[in-house]
Amino acid sequence: MAYDVNTIFQIAGIGIIVAMIHTVLKQMGKEDWAHWVTLIGFVVVLYMVASIIDELFQKIKSVFLFQG
Amino acid sequence: MAIEIVQVVGFGLIATFLIVIVREQKPVIALAIALVAGGMIFLFIMAPLQSAIELISTLSGQAGINNMYIQTLLKIIGIAYLAEFGAHLARDADQESIAAKIELAGKMLIIMLAVPIFQVLVETVMALLPGGA
Repeated sequence: MAYDVNTIFQIAGIGIIVAMIHTVLKQMGKEDWAHWVTLIGFVVVLYMVASIIDELFQKIKSVFLFQG
Repeated sequence: MAIEIVQVVGFGLIATFLIVIVREQKPVIALAIALVAGGMIFLFIMAPLQSAIELISTLSGQAGINNMYIQTLLKIIGIAYLAEFGAHLARDADQESIAAKIELAGKMLIIMLAVPIFQVLVETVMALLPGGA
């Protein structure tokens, strides 16, 4: 469970930091850069989410759907 | 075993807190946190559940129940859980119509799985009737 909590904190941290960088870049007048940062942050988060969801689906498959 | 509920509730509260903080700036990432939290809680309760299901399977085998019925039942439970998971997530993201479609697909697949059992039931009833079959 310790590892799991770390992942949640990582995702939330990425979200907060990306929001911060987005605001700073916007204030500097670099709107296009700000959008790239948001996109890259989202892709990183999506990768983490996808790996967890893949694990969940494999587990459900092994327990419920195709046991033995 | 009982102490695990404290972990699950604490985990859920932490996730809720983080979602509320992040949602102000980035709603998409808040949704990602909700997805991961849901998946992890289910993964966490999966280990005890697996042993319970194995026990049910063993007991039904000893009772002489056809293994197909138990397997169909487990598949239905799995489909119901998955459909609910997806539908709740879609509903969290304010996509009510997608959620309704996911639930519809889940119900349809459950009906498909239940058809062979229903067929066996009808055949049994027909065999019991004096004039039937």
